Amino acid sequence: MDNLTNEQLERYSRHIILEQVGGIGQKKILDAKVLIIGTGGLGAPAAMYLAAAGVGHIGLVDYDTVDLSNLQRQIIHQTKDIGKAKIESGRETINEMNPDVQVHTYSEQVTASNIRDIINDQNYDFIIDGTDNFPAKFLINDACVLLKKAYSHAGIIRFQGQTMTYVPDKSPCYRCVFPTMPPKDAVPTCRQAGVLGVMGGVIGTIQATEALKYVLGVGELLTGYLLTYDALTMTFRKIKIPRNKKCAVCSKNPTITELIDYEQPTCSFGA
Amino acid sequence: MKADDFLDITDVVCPITFVKIKVALEELNDGQILEVHLNAGEPIQNVPRSLKDEGHKILSVEDLGDGTFTLLVLKGGLS
Repeated sequence: MDNLTNEQLERYSRHIILEQVGGIGQKKILDAKVLIIGTGGLGAPAAMYLAAAGVGHIGLVDYDTVDLSNLQRQIIHQTKDIGKAKIESGRETINEMNPDVQVHTYSEQVTASNIRDIINDQNYDFIIDGTDNFPAKFLINDACVLLKKAYSHAGIIRFQGQTMTYVPDKSPCYRCVFPTMPPKDAVPTCRQAGVLGVMGGVIGTIQATEALKYVLGVGELLTGYLLTYDALTMTFRKIKIPRNKKCAVCSKNPTITELIDYEQPTCSFGA
Repeated sequence: MKADDFLDITDVVCPITFVKIKVALEELNDGQILEVHLNAGEPIQNVPRSLKDEGHKILSVEDLGDGTFTLLVLKGGLS
């Protein structure tokens, strides 16, 4: 591992001063590889804080282009970026923020046939689910379980958000809590599903925090718990969740051993 | 007492002073000694205290009389 340059000592000084980080921890961050699936409401703030922190390799997965209606919450994109591919807009913001970060882009929607290749492309250490639809969330969970990758799940809607962290063999997975896709009529339509812009900031930043803690090996991750946040009442609840011994994907005798593409109309407004 | 490594932080200010010492100490083993050249004022007031907080022992402080000091730090000396 290379020694930190004087510029890096200054840029990351508030990290290095921390007893739990130091120069050694900052080098771990600079060597880390984090994949962010979706550069929307959750992925945008997560990517920006991880870039600022000096995560050496950041992967961005998104097939969409920047729309005016995204800008109320997807802060990695600017007004001048409307019409541009989100991954390119994200790359430009990160490059301007921190030259220590190498950005890898994947202009596609994650599917059962490509998600393994995307995760294996840089052998990512940690994955952030910043997607806005259930098929992607179940797919990311199953892929991370099968590939034994730690990841952060999250979702936001209206004034509410939730997040949990999965670590292979150590914690319940998303399917332990939510075994199957919700019925289609239980999923809010696009028109019903507004979201306060800051929700992605609060929850996406918690996801970035978990990624950094995982890379550093410090503190207690949000494993075995689902954290819910209600912005209207300003209530955080940390709900203990057990492992499901009969979980279809992470139990000893799984019934799901291959990835599945579920179908569900996705919201065109994005996360 | 002979130092195992030497660091001059007279050209930087807080918090880079402490950052540089911390990173230099990470390169040493417990029980090794770092010699630090630092300025009077804020550095000499704060740096030794921060080092003690992180479990290192200040073996000696020498006033060089030119507005600078020499500090001998024993890595992990208090832990």
